[in-house]
Amino acid sequence: MINLKIDGRDVCVPEGTTILEAAETAGINIPTLTYDPRLGPCGDWDVCVVEVEGRLDFPKASSTVVEEGMVVRTETPAVVNVRKAILGRILANHPLDCLTCPKSGACKLQELCFKYDVKEATGVKTREERPIDDTNPFYYSDPNKCISCGKCVEVCAKLQCAKVLSFVEKGPHKYVSPPFGTAIAQSECVSCGNCVSVCPVGALMPKSKEVFRYWETEPVRTTCSYCGVGCQMDVLVKDNKIVDVRPADGPANGGLLCVKGKFAYGFVNHPDRLKKPLVRKNGKLEEVTWEEAFDVVVSKLKETKEQYGPDSIAAFSSARALNEENYLMAKLMRAVIGTNNIDHCARL
Amino acid sequence: MTNSIAEISDAEVIFAVGSNTTESHPVIGARVRQAVRKGAKLIVADSRDIPLKRDAEIYLKIKPGTNIALINAMINVILEEGLEDKEYIKNNTEGYDEFVEVIKKYTPEKAAEICGVDPEDIRKAARLYTSTPKATILYCMGVTQHLNGTETVISLSNLALVTGNLGRESSGINPLRGQNNVQGACDMGALPNLFTGYQPVNNPEVIQKFEKAWGVKLNNKVGLTVPEAMHKAEQGEVKVLYIFGENPMVSDPDTGHVEKALKKAFVIVQDLFLTETAELADVVLPAACFAEKDGTFTNTERRVQRVRKAVEPPGEAKADWEIIAEIMNRLGYEAKYNSAEDIFNEIRTVTPQYAGITYKRLDKEGIQWPCPTEDHPGTKILHVGKPTRGKGLIKPVEYEESPELGSEEYPLILTTGRILYHYHTRTMTARIEGINKLAPENYIEINPKLAAAKGIKDGDMVKVTSRRGEITIKARVTDRVAENVVFIPFHWGYGANVLTNGELLDKYCKIPGLKVTGVRLEKLA
Repeated sequence: MINLKIDGRDVCVPEGTTILEAAETAGINIPTLTYDPRLGPCGDWDVCVVEVEGRLDFPKASSTVVEEGMVVRTETPAVVNVRKAILGRILANHPLDCLTCPKSGACKLQELCFKYDVKEATGVKTREERPIDDTNPFYYSDPNKCISCGKCVEVCAKLQCAKVLSFVEKGPHKYVSPPFGTAIAQSECVSCGNCVSVCPVGALMPKSKEVFRYWETEPVRTTCSYCGVGCQMDVLVKDNKIVDVRPADGPANGGLLCVKGKFAYGFVNHPDRLKKPLVRKNGKLEEVTWEEAFDVVVSKLKETKEQYGPDSIAAFSSARALNEENYLMAKLMRAVIGTNNIDHCARL
Repeated sequence: MTNSIAEISDAEVIFAVGSNTTESHPVIGARVRQAVRKGAKLIVADSRDIPLKRDAEIYLKIKPGTNIALINAMINVILEEGLEDKEYIKNNTEGYDEFVEVIKKYTPEKAAEICGVDPEDIRKAARLYTSTPKATILYCMGVTQHLNGTETVISLSNLALVTGNLGRESSGINPLRGQNNVQGACDMGALPNLFTGYQPVNNPEVIQKFEKAWGVKLNNKVGLTVPEAMHKAEQGEVKVLYIFGENPMVSDPDTGHVEKALKKAFVIVQDLFLTETAELADVVLPAACFAEKDGTFTNTERRVQRVRKAVEPPGEAKADWEIIAEIMNRLGYEAKYNSAEDIFNEIRTVTPQYAGITYKRLDKEGIQWPCPTEDHPGTKILHVGKPTRGKGLIKPVEYEESPELGSEEYPLILTTGRILYHYHTRTMTARIEGINKLAPENYIEINPKLAAAKGIKDGDMVKVTSRRGEITIKARVTDRVAENVVFIPFHWGYGANVLTNGELLDKYCKIPGLKVTGVRLEKLA
């Protein structure tokens, strides 16, 4: 184990731990624009710099491994100045359109500029304006907002293992796109949206049907309702509507989702949803009250059981419904109707 | 799954059989690729060039329905070359001697002929699978949806048992379950022969336990499976069908027969949308979806996880449990539950595997059953040390060709499956604009040679006929399928399942042989 001091606090961590991870164990948050524990150290230009006693430079907390007796300070005036300078340089190539940017409120760059009171760019803009790629039905890529952090490229290559996104170099800058600058729709992209979920700024954004601000939304942690992987995710809710979905770091999904989990939530609020019970009358399904629907169902079940016995009734339970609901359906059939004619679509 | 999803990323050999993992379980597919990135070797056995082919060290493009021959031959190589775990077999299994006799018949050459692959590849696959203790088997409906589906699973179990690749990190036999809560629905006893926690309905002690818990006399006669109930409905013996959250008009074999059955019986459907099945119902009850209720799902790694209410249901839709409880009450059986949690607490009292799981514990993270007590951490890996039943049963199984094949009238093999963009019967995904852009319509995959022989071009409409019926569908010409194999995703109504066989079922578990259907193909004039 290695002993060190961070902001005056004694910290003891295993060998090989980075300063960033060590600080985290002590409850000290070192700001970063792009850190993701699944992807390793941040880019060279990130703001996770700290001061280490005896060193003249400002090492990156996410890539510097702790050493015995190290004394680290994370928020000194000198460190803050370095961070401000980094942020100022990034702003030179990033539009200041937070008033209308849909990422506002969830943007890491905005959050850090606010924290360090960085209002203006340092230096001049050197990136050329490039067209937005909106060829994918679920998300768009706005290269003018990209800070070239490479998180999307890394997630695509190392976690989704699709290698669809890459850096394409144009002059002194790197732009994110499928290889050779082809459109996303022409690439092998499977629309998993994991790049969108990790983008710290508004460069990769979901094509939302709703107008909302992230601070107006309430996240609700839940389990995806598609396949059996059981991905954990946060649905973001505004005015009783799901407006976005973010992957959570669940034990099965480790912060990943697929196209269905990430983008296919629109069925919840779809106008085709059934809103009232229906009963067939004169050959047509007609809207009725719950009272009437329950009457029809219950009298039919009673009649049938009396006339033909319980085994003349069968139920198909649902692999899409809750455990609690499957249990109750089985109990209804076994304890109330009196038959074991209960199954579900496990075989289908 | 005997093991956990996260362990796949650390496996050293992955044998994926009958699983189009990156499309059917995309996040598990990503984990398989993460493992390959770290140096794991992947063996893929499938009837189509699935996306994982590009990651595979060994790719076995087998004729649909020949898994048993392949797996028996892999075991043959293992025994022939002395690659088995003799200690494990001796200490932890039974039935080995009889098994060896059957396995001897399955030489790689013989299996290669049955499966249509190179015998050397079977040898390589067997050697690779035994090359590390971190070898895991992933399988899906390509293994199970056959008339010998149960026996195919047994053959995979045999493979794991003779190599001792069980009860260890990143090993085991791992069925990837297709729907979000198919594991939970089974755990909860939504099965005709089992109560919750896999307690048999014809075991007197179990019956007594549930009679006490539920306060009524119970029926000990095993009930009907979905395909059986559908037949009895068509024959008029089942009078009422109560279907919730299922769409048999799309998902079940032989749509024509399903339609007849649904028209004959009194049908109650409880769902989110007016599905193809609901359209034929006598009563349709509007249900709340996952985002509109609290509760739990259990994923394919046996992990019970929370589902939380995020929004209100539309109109007068109600949670399924509320509807079912109301029906119970109106039938004169008191069902007093104020929340899904109340029901869960009752489940815990009758289900030993769930006894230690509480909503409070689930608040932080899901728990894998078995979890017998509240201080039990849950079970990440099954069969640690030795198989749960004491001795792992090694049981010989033989390859048999499906009776669907061998007819001159229906010379081609139709196989079915999922695609990435749609989910099951499209009830939910068909409502998503972007999904409909990426996967707008049904199609049939046809090998270029077959297409040329029939004068079919990519995009042509073709007629596909089986013993049950015929459909017209758009051709997609691709060498993803072999020359005598065609593929149709089953998501679309009045599609693949018009053709499939609902009559013949696996003799053990009653699964239909959806992955092998004899068909013929013509270009539409």
